[in-house]
Amino acid sequence: MKTPEIPTFECETGNYHTFCPISCVAWLYQKIEDSFFLVVGTKTRGYFLQNALGVMIFAEPRYAMAEPEEGDISAQLNDQKELERICLQIRNDRKPSVIIWIGTCTTEIIKMDLEGIAPKLEKQLGIPIVVARANGLDHAFTQGEDTALAAMTHRCPEYNRRTTHQLGEDMARHVAVDVAPSKKFFDERGKSNICNLVLSGSLPSSVASQLNLESRRQSVSVSGWLPSQKYTELPALGEGVYVCGVNPFLSRTATTPMRRRKCQLVGAPFPIGPDGTRAWIEKICSVFNVKPDGLEERENQIWKNLSDYLEVITGKSVFFMGDNLLEISLARFLIRCGMVVYEIGIPYMDRRYQAAELLLLQHTCEKMKKPTPRIVEKPDNYSQVQRMHELQPDLAITGMAHANPLEARDIDTKWSVEFTFAQIHGSANARDAPELVTRPLRRRSDSVSGCRSLSRQTVDV
Amino acid sequence: MKLAYWMYAGPAHIGTSRVASSFRNVHATMHAPLGDDYFNVMRSTSERERDFTPVTASVADRHVLARGSQEKVINNISRKDEEQHPDLIVSTPTCTSSILQEDLQNFVDRASLSSESDVIPADVNYHRVNELQAADRTLEQITRFHLDRARRQSTSDRSVTNRPSANIIGIFTSGFHNQHDCRELKRLPGESGIAVNQVIPEGGSLRYLKDLPRAWFNTVPYREVGLMTATFSEKEYGMPYISITPMGISNTADFITQIGKLVNVWASALSEKRLNYKLYIDNQTKFVSQAAWFSRSIDCQNLAGKEAAIFGDATHAASITKILVKEMGIRVSCSGTYCKHDAERFNEQVRGLCDEVIVTEDHTEVGDTIARIEPSAIFGTQMERHIGKRIDTPCGVTSSPVHIQNFPLGYRPFLGYEGTNQIADLIYNSFNLGMEDHSLDVFGGHDTKEVSTKSLSTDRGDINWTPEAESEPSRIPGFVRGRTKKNTEVFAKRNNIPEITIDVTYAAKEKSSS
Repeated sequence: MKTPEIPTFECETGNYHTFCPISCVAWLYQKIEDSFFLVVGTKTRGYFLQNALGVMIFAEPRYAMAEPEEGDISAQLNDQKELERICLQIRNDRKPSVIIWIGTCTTEIIKMDLEGIAPKLEKQLGIPIVVARANGLDHAFTQGEDTALAAMTHRCPEYNRRTTHQLGEDMARHVAVDVAPSKKFFDERGKSNICNLVLSGSLPSSVASQLNLESRRQSVSVSGWLPSQKYTELPALGEGVYVCGVNPFLSRTATTPMRRRKCQLVGAPFPIGPDGTRAWIEKICSVFNVKPDGLEERENQIWKNLSDYLEVITGKSVFFMGDNLLEISLARFLIRCGMVVYEIGIPYMDRRYQAAELLLLQHTCEKMKKPTPRIVEKPDNYSQVQRMHELQPDLAITGMAHANPLEARDIDTKWSVEFTFAQIHGSANARDAPELVTRPLRRRSDSVSGCRSLSRQTVDV
Repeated sequence: MKLAYWMYAGPAHIGTSRVASSFRNVHATMHAPLGDDYFNVMRSTSERERDFTPVTASVADRHVLARGSQEKVINNISRKDEEQHPDLIVSTPTCTSSILQEDLQNFVDRASLSSESDVIPADVNYHRVNELQAADRTLEQITRFHLDRARRQSTSDRSVTNRPSANIIGIFTSGFHNQHDCRELKRLPGESGIAVNQVIPEGGSLRYLKDLPRAWFNTVPYREVGLMTATFSEKEYGMPYISITPMGISNTADFITQIGKLVNVWASALSEKRLNYKLYIDNQTKFVSQAAWFSRSIDCQNLAGKEAAIFGDATHAASITKILVKEMGIRVSCSGTYCKHDAERFNEQVRGLCDEVIVTEDHTEVGDTIARIEPSAIFGTQMERHIGKRIDTPCGVTSSPVHIQNFPLGYRPFLGYEGTNQIADLIYNSFNLGMEDHSLDVFGGHDTKEVSTKSLSTDRGDINWTPEAESEPSRIPGFVRGRTKKNTEVFAKRNNIPEITIDVTYAAKEKSSS
């Protein structure tokens, strides 16, 4: 057998558009119901958040900015006293179970010792304070969640095989309540293995319970999620616990339990698309020595459900400009759908954490007889637009800064951020990603007065 | 440190970027971490801009912290110069560059040695000025830079135009209804024989900037941006300026009267015939603008004495206050602005027109004040619109900060005579909406509720939902909930499932192939 072609990796200048990683606040505060996020940073950050969050900002969100003023920058004011004052106010107004400080570039540059101050204030205020450094100096967009979850791993209770067995079962029961199991499908639920599988990644609760269901079909039950619906319900971690990520941008969250809590990491492709979901389940089953059952029929069934979408996209080409780290998994899925991927731009590529996903990408390219795309880390948007000009892809998956200008130049675009917020995980949501991808292609018509290119920018010398 | 949830005016670099990207062929670069070029997203989405926003970031990462940005900023400037040949590159300070205390001037000096484009650093202190002040300053800086150079190179033409002409200063990207206002403003003097010399910064070209002083006078429609440029031109070139905002009937009349005064000074000097604007104002007020008639009509009589609260930038809040009180007989209980730097002038403008004046940047203070005085309508920013939603009070949006829906495609000026019509509609509709709701309440709401629910409902009735499954659709956004529920029930029926459990809802979602 011919070995699949290995994708080529390139690295460009890193001049690209993406969201600031503090945007993770937007979905994390909704996920963790008893949390409060305090972003310590200047007006620039606040302005970004209030514009990026749009309508959510008006719904009394459980987040706020602590804006350093000139006195803070020049250290005329005492950081600890200032933060204490602000956190007291938050505690009294909102009574959260945890305050999460999001460190920004400002706190990095002025070297504010958030990690040092937090334990002191925690003791003083009697409320847990978790510090996540989600700054634009080191991270891009979704990696913000990674830093926050990694910081939270340290707060997970200790798992002990003997004494906490009962606790683990309680936890399983609790998760089960959340999921509301049905007896119809799972008469032999009692038989399902007591596996200590913790899934990491923030997903809407319905998607999380769909994935729980997916693995319970193979009688592997999920013992907990990081993050949980409530801070007070964080899953237990320790020796003998297996951790598996559901999102490609969680490399820190994967390594922290492994290195600091002696958990074992299940390196699997990510459950995005029916192919990804199947590979993900298979890998989990193999770890727990369970023989997967009926996965192939299930996958085929789902592909059959997708046939109307596949008709639209098969043979079309796509260009990922790269901004949220979901790109490899999405590209793999789209290649399996029959698309040609020209380029996968990606902010950061952890080849170890994504190893299984990369391998699946290679196999998919081979299986579908499609060229292996080039993977461009830290892309340069200007060069990418030049390349796109030559390649003329049918679809560009890109950020909002480029979407309208590209549309005006007759390149169909899909806004990449939507993939972050849409429900694209598991078999039940298999239709959502192609729904997004086909939307610009489905509406394509030449009816509007025959104008294709509507750009105003002319070269006038 | 300050605890903040919301800000009315953005950070300084947004103002600078707005001015720079409004000019033609001007590029702004900033030295900032990943994600700080969010301005591009805003411009591309809310203004539905077709072209790439000429703002780039030279991305600051950890290496910059360790060893300074070194050649990075300079290389990025040179690169932009080669790629896009802009006339001018504005190096924009951000909070990052100001905390790092980088010497932008030095970068700029070195970069301009090798680039064809002009390069200037925006002279803006990040911590001390906000978006609007920064925009004002940057506009003055760019104008001054070009006029000074023209003077040095003696390419400036200081003769005034033959026909009376005016510059319009301060129209720019992401401004509240700026595009429409600009069109209306061009028409206003145009109808009375005055040409528009230049509009800056929107669509302005730096190559012609040297001809700016050829206009007879400047107009600055908005107080926030353009005044610095106007005062500079007055001082250096002796150009008079009009800073009256032509919003509302009386302000517009004042504006035109001012124009008349300025033009006639020259007219007598050039021994031309004096222009009389009184007739024009009279005609426009009576027949083009419907607002004067509207305030006499019975509709407006019903509004007399109703209470309103107003908040916004200094220009819009002051003008709307004046319109409500003087032109419509509405009582303004409270008028306020977030332009703290212009507080004195704002106070002066609304003095005697309202019961209470608030100058604050804290939206909770505004919200509390509004809740306390319980007005019949609010006129403010998007934030006030949401405050209004919470306390069931209608709100007309009359000032930035705004959403995409406040960048309408249709013609909606706030200035000039057409503007008075638009404002009258906005005000009347806001009050009327509140009254309609109120009278519905008085008459017991929609008494046909029960009948119509049946015809609008998706309930099948004969199928059971378990409580858990029942809670599942409630997690789905409201607007698709009905359809999802229906799909699930259809699926259950087709498969002879008597009871809908949570698994059934998922299975239905999987199968649904509409």
